[in-house]
Amino acid sequence: MTTTTTTSQPSELEDVRASTATDKRRVQRTELWRNRGLLLPAVIFLILLTQIPFLTTIGFSLTKWNLLYPNDRAFAGFDNYTSALTSGDLWPSIRATVLITAFSVTLAVLFGLLFAVLLDRPFRGRALARTLMITPFLIMPAAASLIWKYSMFDTNIGMLNWVFRSLHLPVVAWSTEHPMATVVIVLTWQFTPFMMLILLAGLQGQDKGILEAAQVDGAGTWRTFTWITLPHLRMYIEIGVLLGSVIILQVFDPIAILTKGTGGTKTLAYLLYERAFIGLDVGQAAAYGVVTVVLTIIVATIALKSVFKVFMAGGSR
Amino acid sequence: MLANKRMLALGTGAVAVAMTVAACSSGAVQSGNGSTGAAGGAVTLKVATVNNGQMKDMEKLKSEYEKANPGVTVNFQVMEEGDLRAAVTADVASGAGQYDIVTIGAYETPQWGANGWLVDLTPELQADASYDVADLLPPVRDVNTFDNKLFAVPFYGESSILMYNKEVMDKAGVTIPQNPSWQQVADAAKKVNTADMAGICMRGKPGWGDLFAPLTTVVQTFGGNWYDSSWKATVDTPEWKQAVSFYKTMLDQSGEKDPVSYSFNECLTALKEGKAAMWADASVAASMLEAADSPVKGKMGYAHMPVDKTKESGWLWSWNLAIPTSTKQKDAAVKFVKWATSKDYIKLVGTKIGWSNVPPGSRTSTYDIPEYKDAAKAYAPITLDVMSSVNPKQPGINPQGWVGIQYVSIPEFQDVGNQCAQLVADYLADRGTIDDALSKCQSIAQAAGDKHKK
Repeated sequence: MTTTTTTSQPSELEDVRASTATDKRRVQRTELWRNRGLLLPAVIFLILLTQIPFLTTIGFSLTKWNLLYPNDRAFAGFDNYTSALTSGDLWPSIRATVLITAFSVTLAVLFGLLFAVLLDRPFRGRALARTLMITPFLIMPAAASLIWKYSMFDTNIGMLNWVFRSLHLPVVAWSTEHPMATVVIVLTWQFTPFMMLILLAGLQGQDKGILEAAQVDGAGTWRTFTWITLPHLRMYIEIGVLLGSVIILQVFDPIAILTKGTGGTKTLAYLLYERAFIGLDVGQAAAYGVVTVVLTIIVATIALKSVFKVFMAGGSR
Repeated sequence: MLANKRMLALGTGAVAVAMTVAACSSGAVQSGNGSTGAAGGAVTLKVATVNNGQMKDMEKLKSEYEKANPGVTVNFQVMEEGDLRAAVTADVASGAGQYDIVTIGAYETPQWGANGWLVDLTPELQADASYDVADLLPPVRDVNTFDNKLFAVPFYGESSILMYNKEVMDKAGVTIPQNPSWQQVADAAKKVNTADMAGICMRGKPGWGDLFAPLTTVVQTFGGNWYDSSWKATVDTPEWKQAVSFYKTMLDQSGEKDPVSYSFNECLTALKEGKAAMWADASVAASMLEAADSPVKGKMGYAHMPVDKTKESGWLWSWNLAIPTSTKQKDAAVKFVKWATSKDYIKLVGTKIGWSNVPPGSRTSTYDIPEYKDAAKAYAPITLDVMSSVNPKQPGINPQGWVGIQYVSIPEFQDVGNQCAQLVADYLADRGTIDDALSKCQSIAQAAGDKHKK
C-alpha cells in the first residue's frame, strides 16, 4: 500500500482508494449479513420470548376479564387503565418501590464498600472470610426472608430482640412498627455481598504503584481513598447500582413474607400479584403491568443516558 | 438498549406468569379424559385436592377403594390452596372437564352451585339409606347447600374455640367459663399478661383468611356485619368501630407484640412455647396442642369462642368434595365421593392411619366412636358442641343475604377482605385512625356489594 501511494499519480491514487473502499464495503456488507443470519434464530427466539407475552399482556389489559366471572369477558377499551390510574394504588406503590430500592441499594453499596476494603487487605483466613461473606447472596430470597422473620425479627425468639432485652431496651415489633425498615434490612443483608464482590474486583484491579506514589507524595490514607480509590471505583459502583436496582425493583419475597404490603411497602411487584392472584382481575393486573413496563423504560432510558457514564460511547474518563 | 430489553422482559415476565395460569390448567385437559370408560370398562377418576393432612391420608387410602372397585383408578392432583383455587376455578368455569372430583371450600360451594357448575348431589345421597345424609353436621350441610340443593359434601370441618393454658390461669386465680364473653377474656388476658408471656395471641397478619377470619366473627358478635340483607355495605357503623377498637385495645394491652407477623402457625408456636396464655382460633389447633410432641399437652383448657351480643361466635369452615357438571363419569365420581365421606371411611382412617387423624367435623357419628372419643377426649366434645350450635344462616344480630360465618360468599370477598385487612393493619400499628380505615373499607366493600344488589 505504501509503495503504491508514494509512486502513483494523484488521480490513480484516488482510483485505488475508491476501489479498495468499495470492495471493503461490499465484503463488510456480505459479512455483516452473514453474521446477522447466524444471529437470526437467537433474535427470533428473543422476540418470541419477550415481545409476544408483552403483546398478549397489552391485549389482556384492554379486556374486561375477571377469573371469578368467566362468562363476563369483553373488550373494555381503556377502562382498566383508567381504574389503574385513578384507584390511588399506583402512586403509593411507585413511591414504595422507589424508596425500598433506593435505601437498599445505597446501604448495600456502603456496606459492600466497607467489606470490600476490609477484604482487600491480606490477612489469615481471607479466603474463608470471603466465602462466608457472600453466602447471603446465595440463599433463596424466600428462605432469607423466613430466616429473618423467625430467627432475627421475632419478638419472642428473634436475636435482635434478644439483644435489645439484654440491653434493657424495649422489644421492637419490626413488621408492625417499622415495615419499611424491615424490608430494607433484609434486602441490604442480601445485596451487600453482591456489591462487595463487584467492588472487590474493582479494588483488586487498582494499580498499586499509584497508591505508593500518593503515599510518597505525602497523601494520608483518607485522602488516597477519597481522591484516588473512589474515582477509580466509580465505574464499578455504577454497575453495582444499576444491576442491584434492576433486581431489587422486582422484589417480592420479603414483602409477601414479612409485611404483606402494609405500612408503605406495597411495591409494584406485590401490587401486581395482589391484583392478579387475590383480586383475580386479569384485565386490571395486565394494565398495571403495562404501566409498570412503560414507567421502567422511561426511567431506565433517562438513567442510562445521563447518570451512568459507564454505558456511554467512548467512555468519558 | 440491552438493559432496556432486559427490564422489559423481566417486567412482562411477571405478568406473563399470571396470565398463563389459566392456560396451564387447560393444557392438561387432553390427558385427563383419556380413558373415559362406559360401565364395566376401565375408569380413571381425576381428583383435585388441597395439600392438608386429611387429604393426603385420603390419597394414601385410595388403593383400598381401587381394590374394592376393580377397574377404577383414582388419580390425585394435590395442590396448595391458592393454586387449587386458581386451577379448579379456571377448569370448572370453562367447562374443560379436566377433573371428575374437586375439593372446594365452604366459601365456593354456594357460588359455584348458583353458577350451575356443580352436580346436585341431593337425590343420589338421599336415595342411599346407608350413607345417612342426616348424619352430616347440620351447619356444615347448610353452608354447602344452595337453593335447597346439596352441591358438595363435607370431607372435614372446623369451627373456632378459645384455648387457654390452665396452669397459667390457675396460678393467676382466673377461671374461664365455658361460654365466656369477650370482655371476660380481655380482662383475663390483661391479668395473666407478663413481659415474657402475652395474655392472648390473636391473628393480625393482613389477609382475608388471616386477620379477618377471627375479626369477622368478633364484628358479628358485636352486632356488625359486612353487608345488610340488601347488599349495602355496613362497615362504617358504630358496631364495627367498637369491635375493631376492642380488638386493637386487647392486642395493645395483652396481645403478642408483633401482630402483623402473627397468624395461625405463629400463635400455635407461641402457645406451645409458653409465650402466650390464650388463643382464640380454629378448633383444629386443639389436636396440635394435644399432639404427643407438644410441651403443653394435657395442660390446655378449651371453651366456646368468646361472645358479646350473640350466643355463639364460632366460625364454620369445611373442605368439601364436589363434582363439576363437566365430568363425563358422573356415576363413578358420585360413588367415590360417597365412599370418601362415608362412616366407613372414617373408621378406615382410624384403623389404618390412627384415630387422632380422623377427619373431624363432618359427621355427628364420628363423635360416637369410642376409639375417637378416647383419642380426642380433650377437644372432641367441645368441637362437636360448637359445630352443631353455630348458625351460618345468621351468625350476627341481623339477617344477612348469604350463608356463611367468617366470610361473605361473593367472589369479590377475597379482594375486599384483603384490602380491608391491610387498612386495619395500619390502624393496629398506629399508622392510621380507625375512622379512616373503616371509611375506606366501606367504599371498597360497597363497590363489591353493588354488583350483587338486585
